Amino acid sequence: MSVLVNKKTRLICQGITGKVGTFHSNGAIAYGTNFAGGVTPGKGGQTWVGENAKNYPVWNTVSEAISEGGATASMIFVPPAGAADAILEAIAAKMPLIVAITEGIPARDMYAVKRALENSQSRLVGPNCPGVITPGECKIGIMPGYIHKRGSTGIVSRSGTLTYEAVFQSTTCGLGQSSCIGIGGDPIKGTDFIDCLELFNADPETKQIIMIGEIGGDSEERACAYIKAHVKKPVVGFIGGTRAPKGKRMGHAGAIVSGNTGTAEAKLAAMRDAGVFIAESPATLGDTLLKAVGR
Amino acid sequence: MKIHEYQGKTLFRQYGVPVLRGIPCTTPEAVESAARELGSPVVVVKSQIHAGGRGKGTVFTDEACTQHVMDGGVKVVKSPEQARDVAAKLLGNCLRTAQTAGAGKRVNTVYVEDGCAIAKELYLSVLLDRAVGAPVIVASADGGMDIEQVAHDTPERVMHLHIDPALGVLDHQARLLAFRQGLTPVQVGAYIKTVKALVRCFLETDADLLEVNPLVVTKNDEVVALDSKMSFDDNALFRHADIAAMLDPTEEDPSEIEAKRHDMAFVKLGGNIGCMVNGAGLAMATMDAIALYGSKQGAFPANFLDVGGGATAEKVTTAFKIILKDPSVEAILVNIFGGIMKCDTIATGVLTAVKEVGLDRPLIVRLEGTNVELGKKLIAESGLAVIAADDLKDGCIKAALAAATWRANKGMAPRAALPEPTPIAYIPRKKAVKPLAKKRKAAKAKSVAKKVASKPTKMLGKKPTKKLIKKPAKKKGR
Repeated sequence: MSVLVNKKTRLICQGITGKVGTFHSNGAIAYGTNFAGGVTPGKGGQTWVGENAKNYPVWNTVSEAISEGGATASMIFVPPAGAADAILEAIAAKMPLIVAITEGIPARDMYAVKRALENSQSRLVGPNCPGVITPGECKIGIMPGYIHKRGSTGIVSRSGTLTYEAVFQSTTCGLGQSSCIGIGGDPIKGTDFIDCLELFNADPETKQIIMIGEIGGDSEERACAYIKAHVKKPVVGFIGGTRAPKGKRMGHAGAIVSGNTGTAEAKLAAMRDAGVFIAESPATLGDTLLKAVGR
Repeated sequence: MKIHEYQGKTLFRQYGVPVLRGIPCTTPEAVESAARELGSPVVVVKSQIHAGGRGKGTVFTDEACTQHVMDGGVKVVKSPEQARDVAAKLLGNCLRTAQTAGAGKRVNTVYVEDGCAIAKELYLSVLLDRAVGAPVIVASADGGMDIEQVAHDTPERVMHLHIDPALGVLDHQARLLAFRQGLTPVQVGAYIKTVKALVRCFLETDADLLEVNPLVVTKNDEVVALDSKMSFDDNALFRHADIAAMLDPTEEDPSEIEAKRHDMAFVKLGGNIGCMVNGAGLAMATMDAIALYGSKQGAFPANFLDVGGGATAEKVTTAFKIILKDPSVEAILVNIFGGIMKCDTIATGVLTAVKEVGLDRPLIVRLEGTNVELGKKLIAESGLAVIAADDLKDGCIKAALAAATWRANKGMAPRAALPEPTPIAYIPRKKAVKPLAKKRKAAKAKSVAKKVASKPTKMLGKKPTKKLIKKPAKKKGR
């Protein structure tokens, strides 16, 4: 078992003919992901040749990719100005899983996406995220596949490179990962901590969870309330940005302390209250994980 | 991106929000003629800086706020001559307010505006509610005050109303806000018009904050935006060239602008350890870790710097140059987790940059990820004085020590130790004990099992009960 993606997930890439789309489509194929092809409006009917020398179809629309290619998931590498429209197209085509990697989508465009997601049949992960992976089965996104090892830790994070740290250390300490979800660093996003915690909590293969948050917003606080009420599996947490000055955006569009909301202190307090094991720095995520599972 | 009050009012006018007449000026002479041109018996001279609380601020001659000039950065004057005198005290001097973090901000522009007869001061802002993923209007009848204080003391006096971004604010929603703030029917009509225009301005300019404090009801029952504070979604500036052009470079840190031009995120933090990291999350965690592990040596991050996913030699060089511009930097810590970007590529980039920039301060490099061994080898064999670190903690400690040594070599006194940050590591008691307890139980059970062999009769009773409990559970699962 795993969450969100597995061997059966049939992936397409929206923006496949672009440089980045091509690079990471090849990465997905090399990892063993079940890859169907891609969508680039205006280039439908052409073929895209992977590094494995295989031909993959390019469609004009997402709905064709579903009806002809049997796609069940889409990763989006469309540039910011058109990315929200690409997501909306995938939602309209009833794509079950949409993973938006694009960084820099305007918030106003995401209002519309958020609306379209309500009562839809789609789940959106991201935007501005590293993607989703189930080790050994399916890789959707920009993460380095080889650091992952199939195991029992579910990882959810707002940051890309910090996710890699968590993955690397959970691999090194021998526990491995069931699935990893990068939910992204934007203020408005499709899937939040709570959604992922629900999935991991219900997944029998996931025995423990790592949750990596950062300053800005209150989704860590809401997630901790959920952990306190529902999650019996041990949770290891870390919050980035303890030393961040107020009112400054720390790289991510969503990482900003405004007024008294979004502080690291409030998030850490919520974690303590929920009985989360907190690592003092990313350097100790592995050790903290071992403590949490009682080794 | 933030803009000044007078720029916000230009946008307000475009969207039909009632504002008073006003003229931005940069010299006392211009202020005098502006006041004359307005021709009102009372005009207001307002300092234009990117911070609130200007009226209650204090003016100094210098940023460090040592030479006091006068109190108040917003002045009501009764003649053009008086306007000029006040402007002479504001322009070129520094204004410190509750929001400028202790330092003064240089006033380069003042806004000369008509006076007005105020009947009521209200508060209104529009911002993004991240949890809901939609804009929210915050309104209160307590205008002219610190809204966070009002929300804290009398939360019932602050209203929140979510709006549909596709529809804007609806008449009935604005009406509800107006009546709850005790406006008369005539004033309600004016309020609806103003609020609808403000919300349209917020949505169509891709703002992430629009605040009017105070939004005033005049004695003529008009609803006028007396102030304007706006900031915009940086991600959307590509479709608003007019707004992007409003950027005031004197309000921004030059290093931040330089970094942005190279597609990197930089924030100055004021400490002595420059850092260069890939990824915003890791960059934040790195600056936290420096403060945590280096407090004894008085080490603190000098900056936040995310070089992004593709840390090329060119980018690394630019990053080094930006970091080295800061004279308080005494050591540089590079923390890279090579994912798609391989460690040997990054190491080559770092070494090329070091050679080009001619590094005069200690450099500590922590590499992890793809091809890490190759990357470390390249650095070790380069012959350059680069200190290799094993992990983030090791890197922080080495950076703090290297900075201290660098100071000592320069003949400078060591930095005073900083108070150790409150430890954030936390091991919950109950959950930590549980697995241990289980182990103990298991160990006990083993020893008991041994005993069972010797004392069969006593223990037999327990075993079957365990089995009985387990069996039905299995059936349920099927």
